[in-house]
Amino acid sequence: MPRNTSSMSRRLFLTTTGALSLGAALTACGGGDSGGSSGSAKPVGQADIDKAMKTPTQLTFWTWVPNIAKEIALFEKKYPAIKVKVVNAGQGTPQYTKLRTALKAGTGAPDMVQLEYQAIPTFTITDSLLDLRPYGADALKSRFVDWTWGQISGTKGEVWAIPQDTGPMGMLYRKDIFDQHGIQVPKTWDEFAAAARKLHKADPGVYLTNLAANQPAAWHGLLWQAGAKPYVTSGRSDIAISVDDAVSKKLGDYWGGLAKEGVISTDPDFTDAWYTGFNKGKYATWLTAAWGPVFLSGSAKATAGKWRAAPLPQWDPAKPSSGNWGGSTTAVLRSTKNPIAAAVFAQFLNSDPASAKMFATEQFFFPATKALLTDAEFTGDAPAFYGGQKVNQLFAEIGDTVNSTFQWPPFLDQAATDWTETVGKSLADRSDTTAALGSWQSRLTTYAKAQGFTVKGG
Amino acid sequence: MAAVRRHRSAGPLFVAPFLVLFLLLFLAPLGYAAYLSLFQERLIGGTVFVGLDNYVQALGDSQLLHGVGRVALFFVIQVPVMLLLALLFALALDSGLLRLARVIRLGIFVPYAVPSVVAALMWGYLYGPDFGPFAQLSRKLDLPVPHFLSDGWMLGSLANIVTWEFVGYNMIILYAALRTIPHELYEAAAMDGAGAWRIAWSVKLPALRPALMLTLLFSVIGSFQLFNEPNLLMKIAPAVISSSYTANLYAYSLAFTGNQVNYAATVSFLLGLLIVIVSYGVLLTANRRRTP
Repeated sequence: MPRNTSSMSRRLFLTTTGALSLGAALTACGGGDSGGSSGSAKPVGQADIDKAMKTPTQLTFWTWVPNIAKEIALFEKKYPAIKVKVVNAGQGTPQYTKLRTALKAGTGAPDMVQLEYQAIPTFTITDSLLDLRPYGADALKSRFVDWTWGQISGTKGEVWAIPQDTGPMGMLYRKDIFDQHGIQVPKTWDEFAAAARKLHKADPGVYLTNLAANQPAAWHGLLWQAGAKPYVTSGRSDIAISVDDAVSKKLGDYWGGLAKEGVISTDPDFTDAWYTGFNKGKYATWLTAAWGPVFLSGSAKATAGKWRAAPLPQWDPAKPSSGNWGGSTTAVLRSTKNPIAAAVFAQFLNSDPASAKMFATEQFFFPATKALLTDAEFTGDAPAFYGGQKVNQLFAEIGDTVNSTFQWPPFLDQAATDWTETVGKSLADRSDTTAALGSWQSRLTTYAKAQGFTVKGG
Repeated sequence: MAAVRRHRSAGPLFVAPFLVLFLLLFLAPLGYAAYLSLFQERLIGGTVFVGLDNYVQALGDSQLLHGVGRVALFFVIQVPVMLLLALLFALALDSGLLRLARVIRLGIFVPYAVPSVVAALMWGYLYGPDFGPFAQLSRKLDLPVPHFLSDGWMLGSLANIVTWEFVGYNMIILYAALRTIPHELYEAAAMDGAGAWRIAWSVKLPALRPALMLTLLFSVIGSFQLFNEPNLLMKIAPAVISSSYTANLYAYSLAFTGNQVNYAATVSFLLGLLIVIVSYGVLLTANRRRTP
């Protein structure tokens, strides 16, 4: 297979140099090499794309999505010359760690990779991703939910990845517990806090919610909902970090206060004790994302039929908003030897109607395409776990209220670890969360400066 | 002459496989780490030579110093307990007085064969403050619930897991050493009127000294490189176990979370140096005692 590819590309190279003058070919090469960050988004011709898609090629795809072979089969059926090899290199951080190692080593990196939205800037800062605009990705913009396109776009309009699924945040709650204690579904965070106090007083074994002290992603989702702009990058080396500004402090006071009072729990999530907590009714709500409903129905079977879904409580009920937690994309690595095939794959996988729909029906992903979010079959789903409520429709509506300008830092892992060791720790220890926000801010600022960034604000 | 020459060339030839592996797998990585530790790679601005700056920073890095202090404390408390237990088990097994000795030997050794991921899951459940058996039992008896995963208890809880894992391993080393002691010595001691305790104290223990030294050295290295157990318990006690809880954990998170490979190399290098010093110190004190 590799021998085929290389002889093919040599032939391609010969025809190209034949057609162009040598000087022009050299400039073209130079432009390509200087990479995605400059405005080198010259579209690749359809003829080249057709040719590449008919050339026998093997692509490697790192992903943790279970049973993704089904979607890949659709791609391979349309492009029989291209074979895609799937490697599961771990989910999220473990995979990013391996990817970074492979990129640093200069060998062993895949052609395409599963990336969560928040991880994209961490890999664009190292020039590791391929701008997909020359391969026609711009044309897909209108098919995807607006905020998802904001997440995958670079500062100069680059398209760094194609959205696959999303996680607009809402609230899953135990209707039976609410009814038993006469609690109305809280519409505002004030009502939520009052309900937390009331519920824990009435039954000390139950908490209105669990804000996991090890879950920076949920915190960022709540920051997002509150309209915070914790990280704003302008240009390559300038970043404004404000994780302890007024909005963040509002959040810190609120959650730190509830944790200190002991009316919410802060158990680490996705652990055995946490699953048991759901099954035994320790937590009356889960502030989670659109992928949460399916996840919970598999993890808390003992409580089937007792759950319902609602939007997150609001800071300003007149302007409902939400944040995103999770969901992911397909990106192409700049080191790929088959940029055309890899870029076409990333686009097909997530925008082809059949493939995109399969993610919703097979993997139960919450879609990123507008077509699916208005698909009656999808929104009409009424699972018995939620008493026949049309959960998908609710989350589709929530998705429209997600702010589309939220940005992630180019050093996500550091930001996440520092959160857990400062803010998360303060929640677990019931100590001063506002002070912890300050040390989060200073740790991040110190790190960013040491990494050569010009840090503004804070 | 020819024979002598052949002998001369045979020596290096026999040593060559070892030397090649030693060079490739030990010296080369060590040299590379030392090289890395002299640079600083930044996300913006690339790699610059910084000389010994990383070392200066590391020596004043409170996170690193705390991590080292923690494993030193761990070493001082956990290792004596573990080795004493291993010694007692080995002597008991060797005495031949135990029934079902084979079953017991296997039973003590089994934890070493349990993958540490499984072990951490199991202990995570046992230690659990909500649904763990100890917590449930104390609640039934109206006693205060022990918080095994809290700040104050964590090092002890970790020591307990490590002891559970490695008592069997050390016991096997000591037991094997005991089996090599010639029986004539016991007979001679018995002729001199020594009982079982006296034999254990005056014959077996001195004969065990080299094996004990070996287990002690392994334990020095194991303690100072403590990584697996805290890394796994981190998931269930994120507020207690930080990414710099132990020195090794710190080096790991510097490299893979913070993208600071160079500084991680510095920390690893210093940690390695410390282990060499402590090991040497342990050997020196033991040897001095042997030849007064």
